[in-house]
Order: sequence, then structure tokens, then C-alpha cells
Amino acid sequence: MQTKKCIHWIGLVGLLSVLPFCQTAFATSDAFKENIYKGETLKPVDSKLMVNVGSQAPDFTLPSVAGGKMTLSRYRGGKNVVLSFVPAAWTPVCSDQWPGYNIIKGIFEQNDAILFGITVDNIPTLFAWTNQMGKLWFPVLSDFWPHGAVAKKFGVLRSDGVTERALFVIDKKGIIRYIDVHDINKRPPLEDLVGALEKLGK
Amino acid sequence: MKKTFAHSMILTLLILFMVYPAVADNKAPQKGETLPAFNLPIPKTSAEKAYLGLSGEGVFKIPQIKAKVVIVEIYSMYCPFCQKDAPGINELYHLIEKTPGLKNKMKIIGIGAGNTPFEVDTFKKTYQVPFPLFPDKDFTIHKACGEVRTPYFIVVKINDDGSHRIVHSQLGDYPGPEPFLDLVLKASELK
Repeated sequence: MQTKKCIHWIGLVGLLSVLPFCQTAFATSDAFKENIYKGETLKPVDSKLMVNVGSQAPDFTLPSVAGGKMTLSRYRGGKNVVLSFVPAAWTPVCSDQWPGYNIIKGIFEQNDAILFGITVDNIPTLFAWTNQMGKLWFPVLSDFWPHGAVAKKFGVLRSDGVTERALFVIDKKGIIRYIDVHDINKRPPLEDLVGALEKLGK
Repeated sequence: MKKTFAHSMILTLLILFMVYPAVADNKAPQKGETLPAFNLPIPKTSAEKAYLGLSGEGVFKIPQIKAKVVIVEIYSMYCPFCQKDAPGINELYHLIEKTPGLKNKMKIIGIGAGNTPFEVDTFKKTYQVPFPLFPDKDFTIHKACGEVRTPYFIVVKINDDGSHRIVHSQLGDYPGPEPFLDLVLKASELK
């Protein structure tokens, strides 16, 4: 009897194990036409954080798609900084994330914050991709070479060379106040980031 | 033992039933078809309830909206074209509302694919959207609609007996309020 019971449960567990492989849900904007690569559902997180909430953010300088270079420490004493790492250009959820931040410049301003979008793609790829999003108000930075060096410093470089879908909120003293290394297959809900920004002033 | 077997079978079927919508190869709603089965929450504000001709609490289906024609836009706060089209869709709403013959016959709603209530609210505030928007946080409706790219427009004609039919659907390419209204009027044969 025990064996049969066991078989039933094995069947059930087997069926449940199919669930994670159901394709991740996303809504692609027609702005990208048929150019978005539809990959498989990935391991939610595939790296080990190297920083903590309360620790000093590692400094970095990266080239921007708009030209020039941006240095994190330049904003110390001036602005709160949000880093939005997204895994790769031309992928579904990523193409769906920054255009949302593009319409909430006011929320960033109210919280005296700026946003850096970062991927490990090179500048020309980022240029072509972000052009489909309309004019972005925030800098998009390339962590292409040395490949993923900044992502590695924060501990969000995955084993296949792309980054996690991760958000860091860094205060004016350069201290990390919020980290969300999100399931790579899902977009972080906007309210979580806005909540973290609103906490900064309290 | 029979009981255990029956239990596990029921549980298995229930899970299959839950999983099926996620894996089913649904297709985009097309002209001539009826809408996929899904519910929307009855709006909380009296203004939106009045606009849709609904009352009370709970859920409703689109054909329950008190109108002859309902324009459904599947959009996302994160979609650049939906953002670009938002002012033009608002104009369409105002055009309908200021036309006496249409005001009570044609309604617009938006469904935010994968958008949380906060995200829907952010979009509504940013673009001052005057018609009801509904969150589809878990992509349930989006999946039922064949995971269409956004924005996707569905024009639904509701008959007097409560039955309905999709009379037009299109992916993007919003031509502006007047041409779109003409298109909807022709497709729905609304006089």
C-alpha cells in the first residue's frame, strides 16, 4: 500500500516539477516588433552578492551610450543613485523594464535620485536597443569591457556572463540602502523600488 | 487506499487545470470570435462604475458593460508605443464623450498586461487617463489573449440579448482618434 501511495506522490511531484518550465510571462511592446529574442526560463538567481545593505557601494566608472563616462562617486553628497542592472539587450523582460522607468522621472526627482541603467552589452548594441524605447532621460552604461567587471564587484554577474536583474539604491553618502536581486525571469514591481526611494528621506 | 488514490487524482486534475492556461497555446482575439473568458474587478470609484454602468462589488465580464461597443486596449505601463499612444487614446475618449449619439453607446477600457495595481495607477496618473484601467498582474488575461504584443486593440460589439462579438482587432498602428473612431463605427455598424 505504501508503494502505491508513493507512486501517487511521485506522479504529483513530477507534475509539479513541470511548473517552473512553463514559459515566463511577459508582454512585449510592439515598439520592438519581432526583434525580441525569446529564450527559456532561466535559473532565478545565479550569482553571489558581494555587497550588503549598509555597506559602501563599490565605485566605478563606465562609458555611457550618450557619450562620455559616468563615475558613481561623483554623485556622493549630491544625489541618491539607483543602479538598474538588466541581463541583456533584446531580451523580453529587459526590453520591458527601462521604458517604465522612463515615465517616472518625477518620482526619481521627488526623491532626489538619479538612475543608471547598466548591462554587459557593448555601446553599439545598447544604442540600437535603447533607441526603440524612445528618448531615455537616464544614462545607460556599458559594463562590456573588462566584461562585467562592475557587475562582478557587486556580485551580480551570472555564470553565463550576463547580469542578474538587480536594483541597488545608494544614498548620498554612497551607502547601499536597498538591494533587489530579482528573479531574472520577472520584472521587479515598481512599487518596491518606489517604496525604497521614499524610505531614503525618512 | 482507494481514498488516497481518489484524492491524488483530484489533486492532479486540479493542478492540470491550473497549469493548463499557462501552457495553452492561446491565440490573439480575432474578428468574428467571442472574447476569451475572463473577469475584471468592478471599479471602486463611483465615477468609473457609472461610466461602465456597473454597480456593487466583485467581478464582471466585458459584455456586462452598459454599452453597444467596448474598445479594449491591452497595454503596459512599460510599453513605449502604449506611452506614445496614450494621449491619442485619451482624445478618442473625449471625442466619444462629447458626441451625444455615442456617449452612452461606446466605452473604452484598458488592461495592463503584467502590471500591478500600483503600475496601472502610475500610468493613469502620468497620462491622466480618463477611462477605467485594470491590472493584469499575473498576465492571466494577457495569456488568455494569446500573449499579444502591446498595444493590442479589441473592439467588442454587445447585442441587446447580452451576446457579443469581436468586430475588429489590431496590433498597434493606432492612427489617431478620428480615423480610429471611423474604423470602429464602420466595424460595429453603429449608427
